[in-house]
Amino acid sequence: MTENAIGVAVEDVTFAYGTTVILDRVSLAVPRGEFFAFLGPSGSGKTTLLRLIAGFGQPQRGRIRVGARDVTEAPPWDRNVGMVFQNYALWPHMTVAENVAFGLHRRRVPRPEVVRRVEAALALVGLEGYGGRRPAQLSGGQQQRVALARTVVIEPEVLLLDEPLSNLDAQLRVEMRAELRALQRKTGLTTIFVTHDQEEANAISDRMAVLDGGRIQQVGRPVELYDNPANRFVAGFLGTANLIEGEIVREGAASLFRGPGGIVLPAPGTARTGRTLLALRPQALAIAEEGRPAQFSGEVQRTEFLGGHVRYAITVAGMVFHVDEAHLRGREALPPGTTVRLAADPDQLTFLEP
Amino acid sequence: MATATLAGLRLPGLARLGASPAQVALGLAVAAFLVAFLVVPVLRVAWVAFQGPAGFTLVHFGDFFASTLFREALYNSLYVAAMTVVLATIIAVPLAYFIARFDFPGAGIIHTLGVIPLVMPPFVGAIAMQLVYGRNGTVNLLLNDAFGFRIPFMEGLNGVIFVEGIHYFPFILLNLSAALSNIDSAMEESAQNLGARGWTLFRTVVFPLALPGYVAGASLVFVKVFDDLATPLLLNVTAMLAPQAYLRITSVGLADPVGYVISVIMVAVSLAAMGGAALLLRGRDYATQQRGGGGLQRRRMRSGEAAFAWIFIAITLLIVLSPHIGILLLSLGTVWSFSPLPDGFTLAHYGTVLTESTRYMVNTVLYCGGAGLLDVLIGIAIAYLVQRTRLPGRRLLDQAATASLAVPGLVLGIGILRTYFEVSVPGIEGSLATSGLMLTIAYAVRRLPYALRACDAALRQLHVSLEEAAEMLGAGKLFTLARIVVPLMLGGIAAGFVTAFATAAVELSATLLLVTRDVNAPLSYAIYVYMQSPAGRGPGAALGVIAVVVVAVGTWLSHRLAERDRSRRSREVVAA
Repeated sequence: MTENAIGVAVEDVTFAYGTTVILDRVSLAVPRGEFFAFLGPSGSGKTTLLRLIAGFGQPQRGRIRVGARDVTEAPPWDRNVGMVFQNYALWPHMTVAENVAFGLHRRRVPRPEVVRRVEAALALVGLEGYGGRRPAQLSGGQQQRVALARTVVIEPEVLLLDEPLSNLDAQLRVEMRAELRALQRKTGLTTIFVTHDQEEANAISDRMAVLDGGRIQQVGRPVELYDNPANRFVAGFLGTANLIEGEIVREGAASLFRGPGGIVLPAPGTARTGRTLLALRPQALAIAEEGRPAQFSGEVQRTEFLGGHVRYAITVAGMVFHVDEAHLRGREALPPGTTVRLAADPDQLTFLEP
Repeated sequence: MATATLAGLRLPGLARLGASPAQVALGLAVAAFLVAFLVVPVLRVAWVAFQGPAGFTLVHFGDFFASTLFREALYNSLYVAAMTVVLATIIAVPLAYFIARFDFPGAGIIHTLGVIPLVMPPFVGAIAMQLVYGRNGTVNLLLNDAFGFRIPFMEGLNGVIFVEGIHYFPFILLNLSAALSNIDSAMEESAQNLGARGWTLFRTVVFPLALPGYVAGASLVFVKVFDDLATPLLLNVTAMLAPQAYLRITSVGLADPVGYVISVIMVAVSLAAMGGAALLLRGRDYATQQRGGGGLQRRRMRSGEAAFAWIFIAITLLIVLSPHIGILLLSLGTVWSFSPLPDGFTLAHYGTVLTESTRYMVNTVLYCGGAGLLDVLIGIAIAYLVQRTRLPGRRLLDQAATASLAVPGLVLGIGILRTYFEVSVPGIEGSLATSGLMLTIAYAVRRLPYALRACDAALRQLHVSLEEAAEMLGAGKLFTLARIVVPLMLGGIAAGFVTAFATAAVELSATLLLVTRDVNAPLSYAIYVYMQSPAGRGPGAALGVIAVVVVAVGTWLSHRLAERDRSRRSREVVAA
């Protein structure tokens, strides 16, 4: 990546509170104009990393760059990095317009231009005419928009969003994330979005980094990470995966996966022999109909009707496999206790480091 | 719905009220108490102030403003109250800022500093302050010896301002600290993120968010000082409103209208100050609008800042403790006059008061215990009616009880005297107005707002589902009240009782008006009488030390009870 194309670069950053290491040698680069997500469970260090980019806290080692500039030592007010806080942090003693104008006044923008830009920012988030209100008079979704307007109005180099949708109800959350995405397209702002919700990250981001235990587990496009998880954590955190320990052996020209309880599946010829971890998505397994080929059999333990599909928990050789079957109108799920034969789609097998 | 229809068939009137007969009876009893001992006496005062031979008149007010003495008294009272706010601000604001902004090892001392003055009523310390800071007191004698000049700390109005300022600054400190610690740290961070720092950050974000806390504290200080009777009286400053009213009523008589006019003016100024503050703060209860809390970002002090902070705290601590030290020295000293320290030390004063003054202590325990009990009973009743019933007028009960905050003790005393002076009750010697029973009631009315807030908070923290769970399992209303509600409120109730008891023990304004005979006198009155004569100062100080110990233990106890309650609650949350 050339200097010019860098939005944010984090290089070998370590951050600790006392002896507790929050971030452990984290590196990543976000190109200019990209919508990037930090995804991870709570305690993974994703919010800490975001705050370090904003200047709230100093890493013990490593550098942070915004554009071409090294901002590692710069204070928060001298970074031109815009952050939207999880709880919005609108100042209750100022009107909406005063909140939005705050950063412009700090930048000594002439008054007429402040007025014009505040109006434009409020229009951008669909809040024309709300300038005179107080934050307490707005709904949660509106407060969210004001917080966004207050940040984008200063035209920051990077827009940082700290779980911005977590305080909204489910319906509004889906609407707002589409709006956020549209706004980002319109402004072309490099944006980093922190979330613990994989669906949110999948829906909104160009690329994402999955964090766990203060380390980056994998970086890539959502579909890449889903289809080719790098390790057990990513496979389990992004959606559901059946994980089966076993080994890959060569028998003549063919490669085979041998798992516990006599499970044998064909493996691609490129797979390395030896111990491995097989990840199988629930939709990669199918209950084979009478007379169709199948690799192994099990017994239905429970079923969950989830609308578009039925999720079966099926015991196979002492393990529980999750299997999704598309639901069609009028079709009843198989009752618990039914013995079924299972077929795995050979193209859908992912082999991980054990 | 079904029960409402059922009740509607039996008692259509009450069903419309939305309350059970027992709730209506409880509401009426509380209302009767408030009307009889708060509303009527205060209205009586106002009535007399505006009453001439031919009905309504403003003549008495005309007379008041025509007199140079009274105009000066009004001006002096306003001046003293305002200057006390200034002095209290100078002490409190830096202290609040130290603990809010810095990781500062002196924070514990500052928290203690905020409580020490409150355990000693200003009138108890006033005489001791004169001995320490007066013209011929410790400090000025030493100053004069060393540098050849004196500082008029205690001359005239200065003395009142000084004594009240070091007593009341904790109100500002506590309110301001609470406001600062309620500021969500993201409030500051978002401002920094948008380019603000240093002075700009303080001016645009921190100051406006902390202002409501400061104004609440400052207006309280203003009102308390404006209404105080005992401190100026003991310092022999009579050209102020409260002493003038007291002197007119006690020397000219109960019929003299000036006392009533002054009372009306005092209530009006108190209301104006509190109303003004409320108006200023309307829509600015920012604490409830911020989600995180946690206070300002803290950092370590630079060495220069730390030096300044420690010097400031040391000086403040010394000044704040000086009335306590002074009163202790006075109670242990033989003769203390024209010398930096007493000439010799003795325990004789304690002997004197323990033999002579047990009656006063017994009276105080009886009156204040009775007042505390009345307060928590009424407090629970009002809290319950407001939060758990739909009784019409329930909020009015709350407001009426709280309104007693705006009624100076002096005014309530005058009102009660005027209303009940002619009334006598079988079994009580003399007038009902000057009996121990009435003193108990007057204390109860004065302290009710504090006890009510404690009970109200205790009940508010008790989620209604806890009661509903008991009812669902078959417990009746009364059983639920006894086994669930009261036990869970107990910490708050006890804190309310102890606060009412301890503060009533050192209440003097109403006491001075309502006590006419020695046998009825409580501790506070005895201290006041002893302090009047140079010979009585030793025993008076000894009584003062005893009173301070009572209040200090009470304050500590009330704090402990509230704390225990809180920790129990938080353990429950953790368990859940």
